[in-house]
Amino acid sequence: MEKSTGRFFSNSSSSLGITCFIAFITIIVLRVIYVIYRTGKPPNKRSPPQALSTLIVLGSGGHTAEMINLLLVLQKDRFAPRFYIAAATDNMSLQKARVLENSWADSSGVKGISAEFMQIYRSREVGQSYVTSVWTTLVATVHALWLMIKIRPQVVLCNGPGTCFPLCVIAFIFKVIGIRWSSIFYVESIARVKKLSLSGLLLYKLQIADQFFVQWPQLQRKYPRAHYVGCLM
Amino acid sequence: MVFVTVGTTCFDALVKVVDSQEVKDELLRRGYTDLLIQMGRGSYLPTKSTGDDGSLAVDYFTFSSSIADHLRSASLVISHAGSGSIFETLQLGKPLIVVVNEDLMDNHQSELAEELAERQHLYCARPPTLCQTIAGMDLKSLVPYCPGDATPVAKLINRFLGFPED
Repeated sequence: MEKSTGRFFSNSSSSLGITCFIAFITIIVLRVIYVIYRTGKPPNKRSPPQALSTLIVLGSGGHTAEMINLLLVLQKDRFAPRFYIAAATDNMSLQKARVLENSWADSSGVKGISAEFMQIYRSREVGQSYVTSVWTTLVATVHALWLMIKIRPQVVLCNGPGTCFPLCVIAFIFKVIGIRWSSIFYVESIARVKKLSLSGLLLYKLQIADQFFVQWPQLQRKYPRAHYVGCLM
Repeated sequence: MVFVTVGTTCFDALVKVVDSQEVKDELLRRGYTDLLIQMGRGSYLPTKSTGDDGSLAVDYFTFSSSIADHLRSASLVISHAGSGSIFETLQLGKPLIVVVNEDLMDNHQSELAEELAERQHLYCARPPTLCQTIAGMDLKSLVPYCPGDATPVAKLINRFLGFPED
């Protein structure tokens, strides 16, 4: 009698476990579908938003120059506090961002910092093989997770460097889990005329970016969900 | 003065070909007297020359925090195909020859150089063709580049987030 009772309980607890697991997976899948459905639609807001915490992803070469060009025409009080992230091996980008923030602080005379500067492990170095990049991307993702948990931005601005991909994926996951709903804006680099970068292609196809901007008409024809905005530089 | 820049990259092929007698002679023939090379992370060192003997004066350095002053005092810029260098030069209205690095994996940079060359904003070359590009260039035929504008992007971002129109 007791043996069959014991077996009955262990059977029902394992089937309960399986049921819970299936329910959990179903909830996650439904949540992912919901997030993808809502991606690209403006966030529900009854009144105009206050300042939104903003993550700005910088990249070596022309990426930072383009991003700074965009920041110059964004209202600083709407996108604050600002968090700048650049790859650990990129020496110049954070410096350029600091110069920009200092010039803003000087001109407005406002004391106190509404900007923070951070470095992140790189997903892929320029010229690194795509095969070894899989491992380095995983490492970068863990580091990105750590930083994103601290920042939890409401707005993500990025324009192409590989650094941005793990950050955008994590922002998407935060939306799924309900940690933070963010709006992800991706501006494909001006250097991409006919083909998207790998980051761009992934963020476009996976529908992670809320708004996807391209600077050349050839790309808008190929990727119709993208907004053609002309050259930024 | 001819200013050569490779940005933050290593582009020995360009530095080497610019330092070749062929290219230096062609620059002299086209009326240039000085050559300044920003060689970045490259390992090939050009040969310095004072130019006192009527040859091209040649000097080089690795990096500087800003090349804007060198761009401003140049009458011809020869640059790698990085978008930062390209647009910094075009925005200063300087004649530009962009040299595409054939050793780069997934050479996306060439797309931009070729598009801008098609629109006649600059000349596009590869290290082996640089000399003939210099020989055949007609700088007066270059079309000035109108600087871009980031406000369309800013408008769309603001509208999406629900901020009021300015």
